[in-house]
Amino acid sequence: MWSIYLNVVIQGVLTGLVYGLMALGLSVIFGVVRVVNFAHGEFAVVAMYATYVLFTAFRLDPLWALVPVAALFFMVGYALQAALINPFVGRPEHEQFILLVGVGIVIVNVLLIGFGPDARPVNLSYGFDSYEIGPLIVDKPRVFAATAAIAVAAALFWFFRRTRTGAAIRACADNLVGAGVVGLNVKRLYALTFGLGLACVGAAGTLLVTIADPTPSLGPSYTLMAFIIVIIGGLGSMAGALLGGVLIGVSEALAGFLFVPSMKSMFSFTLLIAVLVLRPQGLMGRRI
Amino acid sequence: MIDLWRSVPPRGRIVIALALAALLALPLAADRYVLSVLTLIFYFAYVGQAWNLMMGYAGQLSLGHALYVGVGGYVAALLWLKLGIGPWLGVFAAVATASAFGAVVGWLGFQFGIAGVYFALLTIAFAEFTRIGFDHLALTGGAAGLFLPFEEKRMGEWWNLRGGQLLFYYLALALASGAVLLAALMARSRLGYQWLAVREDETAARALGINAFAVKMAAVVISSAMTAVGGVFYAFYYNNLFPSQVFEISRSIELILAPIVGGLGTVFGPVIGAFVLTPLGEGLIAVTGHFGIDAPGVKAVFYGVILILIISLMPSGVWPSLAKLLGLKGRVP
Repeated sequence: MWSIYLNVVIQGVLTGLVYGLMALGLSVIFGVVRVVNFAHGEFAVVAMYATYVLFTAFRLDPLWALVPVAALFFMVGYALQAALINPFVGRPEHEQFILLVGVGIVIVNVLLIGFGPDARPVNLSYGFDSYEIGPLIVDKPRVFAATAAIAVAAALFWFFRRTRTGAAIRACADNLVGAGVVGLNVKRLYALTFGLGLACVGAAGTLLVTIADPTPSLGPSYTLMAFIIVIIGGLGSMAGALLGGVLIGVSEALAGFLFVPSMKSMFSFTLLIAVLVLRPQGLMGRRI
Repeated sequence: MIDLWRSVPPRGRIVIALALAALLALPLAADRYVLSVLTLIFYFAYVGQAWNLMMGYAGQLSLGHALYVGVGGYVAALLWLKLGIGPWLGVFAAVATASAFGAVVGWLGFQFGIAGVYFALLTIAFAEFTRIGFDHLALTGGAAGLFLPFEEKRMGEWWNLRGGQLLFYYLALALASGAVLLAALMARSRLGYQWLAVREDETAARALGINAFAVKMAAVVISSAMTAVGGVFYAFYYNNLFPSQVFEISRSIELILAPIVGGLGTVFGPVIGAFVLTPLGEGLIAVTGHFGIDAPGVKAVFYGVILILIISLMPSGVWPSLAKLLGLKGRVP
């Protein structure tokens, strides 16, 4: 009996790592630029469709699609921040919110017009393969996806900890005025950060096709999920985002297993309300 | 109220009186389609005004107002279907229930210092939680929806809100005008000024002896109660309720468009916004339909673009600039 639970938990951890990578992008953007990216999940869904297109057109495996999609998303993010969002830095929160809600609405509905409301599955040749370790059966695509998610997150950690640009971005997050005084180009660093955040979402989106089939309506629910994860983990904390992702992944897997699957997100929302009320800074404080 | 009317400049009085007279007389000339579009405009002006009181005046960003529309609609519809209690009575139960929901959200948010974006997420969490709950609630038909039967013999029972387009046109007009009046009165009231103080600087407001918690609670309770009335209207106008439609976050967003486009924190902003947005959306559907494009997302893309443009170019909305153009001085009404 326990092996079933263990299987469900492992499934949840693997899924949660991918969710965590998506939320990591949101956390980086909020932690530095202080803009709430309310189109976050919509960007993830765009990446899912991009993966679908690359897969059907060139038979490109999602794990390989990750590289070009993340690169493309980096550029999109950079351009978006430079052109559209930079003027909103420091403006009231609701204005930023509404701007990005607008961006999200446009994305969802352009996808709806382009691809229609039906799901577009990416049928991998190894989609149903699994590893058997004793009583445990672990899906192969999810192991790959989780490994890739950890790799991307590790690269991001390295960038922020070990490079000069990473340090400069952290300086902007810690003390904006000070960063300006020592001569950092804040606007450019913000654009860079938004690009990195979107690259994270792009990477997560390519991996998400192993978990769910892309449909436009996934966008808003992924946005909410990313916010839930980031708030549970602590806005601005990179490790917190991954931890929050795993927590949400496991709790949804268990809830889906023990109760009605369609009710599983009720647990996430309850968790969100509880964290907001009891520990608003999240489980891992704020640190980037 | 007489004071309020006296405070309106003579030109404004003429414009308001003429506009009201024209809208009252319009059904004599207009066809059903025009009336249905105007009904929609009034509806969005009304619920937009309800949201505007909370966000525009008190500065509390709610992105879960669909919760109150849905709860209000469901309560009145259930009373009507299961107990035969008509909507004119049912609306009181709907208002009580929805404002209780609002009070819970507000209490949690304001008591525990959840502000700004976090508060907005709290409101979303409650709306989404309720949506999934209603999806599984047998009493309301779950995800399959709740339907109010359309009975020929009951048509014209206006006291039960069973009637045609004309009934709902006048009802929506009354709701929208009432909301404008209420907003105008609130804006001049003690509470209204306290809202503005809390919105601008809560710490300073507290220092002046304003009970910020009570003032914000008043905003969320009044706003949710008003929104619930809109929900009752929605339920009896459309005769169906689906959790996935009424509680959806896109509904909450749709509802806040008019006040944002029109002008937050102004009495006429939500009305102007609704008069700008709804006909544009309807016109767009007509145009794309004319070219044989039947894409369900076109209208929403348009709304998204409008939202981005308005918030980027005129973040305080259309009405303040319009008011300046019309030569209105002082604070924008």
